[in-house]
Amino acid sequence: MSRLLDGLEVGERIGQRVPEAVVEATPQWVVAHPEKLVAVTTYLRDDGELDFRFLIGVTAVDHLDHFEVVYHLQSLSHNHMLTLKTRALDHKNPEVPSLVSVWRGAELQEREVYDLMGIRFAGHPDLRRVFLWEGFPGHPLRKDWLEMPGGLTPGLGRFPGED
Amino acid sequence: MSMRTEPFVVNVGPQHPSTHGVFRLRLTLDGEKIIDAEMVVGYLHRSVEKLAEGRTYTQNIPFTDRLDYLSAMSNNLAYCMAVEKLVGIEVPERGQFLRVIMAEFQRIANHAMAIGSFAGECGVWFTPLMWMFREREKILDLFEMTCGARLTTNYVRIGGVSFDIPPEFMPAAKALVKELPERIAEYEALLLENEIIVVRSRDVGVLPPELAIAASTSGPVLRGSGVMWDIRKADPYAVYDRLDFDIPVGTRGDCYDRFLVRMEELRQSVRILEQALDMLPGGPASVEVPLALRPPVGEAYARIEAPKGELGFYLVSDGSPHPQRFHIRSPSYINLTPLRDMVLGLTVPDAIITLGSIDIVLGEVDR
Repeated sequence: MSRLLDGLEVGERIGQRVPEAVVEATPQWVVAHPEKLVAVTTYLRDDGELDFRFLIGVTAVDHLDHFEVVYHLQSLSHNHMLTLKTRALDHKNPEVPSLVSVWRGAELQEREVYDLMGIRFAGHPDLRRVFLWEGFPGHPLRKDWLEMPGGLTPGLGRFPGED
Repeated sequence: MSMRTEPFVVNVGPQHPSTHGVFRLRLTLDGEKIIDAEMVVGYLHRSVEKLAEGRTYTQNIPFTDRLDYLSAMSNNLAYCMAVEKLVGIEVPERGQFLRVIMAEFQRIANHAMAIGSFAGECGVWFTPLMWMFREREKILDLFEMTCGARLTTNYVRIGGVSFDIPPEFMPAAKALVKELPERIAEYEALLLENEIIVVRSRDVGVLPPELAIAASTSGPVLRGSGVMWDIRKADPYAVYDRLDFDIPVGTRGDCYDRFLVRMEELRQSVRILEQALDMLPGGPASVEVPLALRPPVGEAYARIEAPKGELGFYLVSDGSPHPQRFHIRSPSYINLTPLRDMVLGLTVPDAIITLGSIDIVLGEVDR
């Protein structure tokens, strides 16, 4: 069974190695400061006991006032996983550093996040839209893209017949 | 005297049978050698991730059929596992076994398609594809008698499966599983040392293991490079930890190795099916789950070894009946990351074979 590493423990280890890098650590995940992200991920990848050489996925979540970029990491040799997050607090111009220099696998996935969520990845070698065309208005996965009259978002708030 | 050559751009696709859909590849050539390659995707982009945010968790299951439309069962399974993880639902044992049986039949059907079209691209034109379709057809018949659909199955549901198997399923499935090893032996005899395939795909499109890991590839692409990594073994889901099977790996990481891995996976899937069909327990196949499912606030990432690689769903719930975020970690898309490195220095027909050996489905690449 792939073991999910305790975020508190990993957060402490990161804190010893890269000071002031951990913003928040819970048993489920570790939130790293965007400015220290490259140092943190390089440490996670190269440390022998952690050995996160495999980046499972990159994605982002719109939390209305800020964006959260989520990285799922996997160690093939020790068979454990970690959820690493970072936050882009500026909702108008979100930007986090690119991790293509750490994991090649981030290349296409960061382009996808940029295309659909509009987060800029500083230092990405080829940050262009990937699914939509250049000139497409906005970034569709943002919650405020296509706001309906009265501040409603698409979808039912509750079911018909449900109290 | 040296010849002056002009770089020449060739557009492969988006409308071309060898691109497996609407995939476009811009190849820059110097003479016959590829000096640059750029992939252009998005022709089939339907914004599934955004659409899913406006629907309920149950309503989203049919969307997952249409991602990788050649292995709908696996997609249903991965998504339902993510929702179950988010809510904390335990699926009964019979349901777990039925999921494994369907997922493995789906893997055979998918690999049949992948191997058949790969052989076609190598130049063994069409006959292998027709052989493979014979077996695939029987599997699709099994799906049809179980859930009424052949491709967009919508079979795996949150908490179990949509229908228990009909009485005629077991005899048909057992007969097919008995027949398959013979068929696979036939294909191995005809294809493994087929000179056309060997000459066209040996040492073509080499993916070194370090790059395969760094570029997040998964499934037969990663295993073809010699990395022993399979979610069914590393992070067992459903009842895979109770079944006995091996993980085939390649040695050189070329197109031929990826083809070999898929051939061997057919055999291993048959092995799993033999055991799972025998072990299938009685009892209920699913648990009741409310239609307007409201998962607690939180997030979940669940993954399976889909035929094409690691398929994961990342769901974020805000407590409402709709997912706040619905992300698909699609193996087809991410396996394309090292494509440029693999095709540099090759010729155009070799690039086509390399793309075929990755085995992509554009419904999943573009989503």
